[in-house]
Amino acid sequence: MQQVFKIPDSLKKNTEYTFCPGCGHGVAVRLLCQAIDDFNLRENAICMVGVGCTAFLYHFLDIDALECPHGRATAEGTGVKRINPDKFVFTYQGDGDYAAIGMTESMYAGIRGENLTTICVNNTNYGMTGGQMGPTTLIGQVTTTTPYGRDEKLNGYPVKIAEQVAQYKGTAFSARVSLDSVPNIIKAQAAIKKACEVQIKKLGYGFVEILSPCPTNWKMTPEQANEHIRENMMKEYPLGVFKDVTGEMK
Amino acid sequence: MAYITIDEKKCKSCYLCINACPKKTIKVGEKTGKTGEKVAEFVDSGQCIGCKSCALVCPDLAITGVYR
Amino acid sequence: MKQELIKGNIAIAQSAFDAGCDSYFGYPITPQTEIGEYLSRIMPKNNRAYVCCESEIASINMCIGAAASGGHPMTSSASCAIALMQEGLSYACAQELPIVIASVMRAGPGLGNIYPSQADYNQAVKGGGNGDYHIIVLAPSNVQECINFTHKAFYLAQKYRNPVFILADGLLGQMMEPASFIEHPYEKIDNSSWVLTGAKGRSSKFIRSLSEKEAQHNEHVYKLFEKYKKIEENEVMYDENFTDDADLIVVSFGSLSRNVKAAVKEARRQGLKVGSFTPKTLYPFPTQRLRELSRRTKKFIVAEMNMGQMINDVIVATRCEDVRHIGRPAGNWLDIDEIIGEIKTTLGDVYAASI
Repeated sequence: MQQVFKIPDSLKKNTEYTFCPGCGHGVAVRLLCQAIDDFNLRENAICMVGVGCTAFLYHFLDIDALECPHGRATAEGTGVKRINPDKFVFTYQGDGDYAAIGMTESMYAGIRGENLTTICVNNTNYGMTGGQMGPTTLIGQVTTTTPYGRDEKLNGYPVKIAEQVAQYKGTAFSARVSLDSVPNIIKAQAAIKKACEVQIKKLGYGFVEILSPCPTNWKMTPEQANEHIRENMMKEYPLGVFKDVTGEMK
Repeated sequence: MAYITIDEKKCKSCYLCINACPKKTIKVGEKTGKTGEKVAEFVDSGQCIGCKSCALVCPDLAITGVYR
Repeated sequence: MKQELIKGNIAIAQSAFDAGCDSYFGYPITPQTEIGEYLSRIMPKNNRAYVCCESEIASINMCIGAAASGGHPMTSSASCAIALMQEGLSYACAQELPIVIASVMRAGPGLGNIYPSQADYNQAVKGGGNGDYHIIVLAPSNVQECINFTHKAFYLAQKYRNPVFILADGLLGQMMEPASFIEHPYEKIDNSSWVLTGAKGRSSKFIRSLSEKEAQHNEHVYKLFEKYKKIEENEVMYDENFTDDADLIVVSFGSLSRNVKAAVKEARRQGLKVGSFTPKTLYPFPTQRLRELSRRTKKFIVAEMNMGQMINDVIVATRCEDVRHIGRPAGNWLDIDEIIGEIKTTLGDVYAASI
């Protein structure tokens, strides 16, 4: 008898997440920690923690962490990495943190080709504050600030983050994955590992956007939330690898 | 014979594992968990194939081990 | 010591390098752009970090990252762009991170003007970020002090784990005068207990500002203020002349204090009992010394190139009723005749009252 699954060592012993039931963050954090374990990076890693539901990350990771102002994680990561080029530096952010308030700093990580890794959890709303419209909110999606559904005439269009990051020459890897099902979680794991690998090999910026359920603010059961990702989110946000300079995941 | 271990203290009763299991070896249990709902419970019926599907979808690290 | 003709901005840039600055993050803005230009020539080839940032928001946050992971970062900027950094500065104070910021003031509010000004006294000393915090503010009056204070800024930042401003102005930044570069005169501070290096052979640690409980938050802020108390007790710097028997003291800071000193010297020559007082640290402000002086001297003029900012600290320190402001928003510095004119007007009142 062999143990074929265990909780990654990069998580603190006996970690109990404070996320809502069915929230995708828990899976995303676990996959990230698994990748860090796989590359044996825990003792060399420094995490940039975003604001929002991601903000409690340092309670869970057994990794040195810096809490960043809203949207500034890639800038702070740049500061760390530029004087510590041999550390493994990653940011963990939500879609609002990354692609609204932090859009400029985020894009410049790719534009400058910073050797950083970003995990961006896209759940189409500002979860921590109770489900307001964010940059990735779907057209027609009801949130607490789009009570009649997101209207493109008033609110513009959803941001396609992974495609946007992929267009920069400094980006080494950019992919969009999903946590809605077992096969997609396995693919997400592979993409996260690749986004780490490109940093280790100093190839440039590694980015993964994760479509992630937010059952509480979507007012759905966890299973309905996964169904919503498949039926609605993936139409706006197709899964795929948009850039991989290693050529291995095209 | 494969099996899994569940930490009931961590289970938030989302039941994603129940839906993910291809062999229906996890059910809604008797014990009440931290959310006030019944926690998931492994049914050791010899059907488990150790495929890790439950552990992969569990958002709360409640499935602490898969053995086969 | 050998003197060279050195521009204020270059003095700050080279001294930052000499003081061990290992990372510079900046964005251009007049009148301090030479600091970034100069460092871009020497930092990368000496294997130190230099980033042309996308904004001042990015600059200050890169400084935070560098400081948190053991670096000695600096950024430089001015006025409306220092305004953009206020969020980061509040975080840096809360997270107790050593960052040096050279602020070379121009005119405001808004885009204002590129003329020299001292209108960012409040911005530096009172802060524009949220919450209870203080940033150490050093105010050089000449190029030599730009050099000395830049070295000191790096030392104080590490010693107290706190951001430090070098608050210069456009005149000082652009002016050349004889000065000497110095070797870094301060000891190295051991930061190994708190910097993030990766959790090798130890449990992980984090640097944050968020407190999840009220008591935890209050404890953190009380701790910060214990530190500020130490700074106030130990780090006040000022310069005073002819204050012993003065009926009137003119208070000023930065480059304007040179004109004030010259005006006071001339007024003395003319027989007027007047002194000058120059805070060199704006935070911590020399409140105690001004209070002592105010036991004898009851009249103060605060000369500053703004519409009256430091005057509030002088009023609080002296508790005197007759504290007058002389200044204008920007441009040509108050000259010696203007200052003497104000001295005579004020003293005229004193002497008239005493007859």
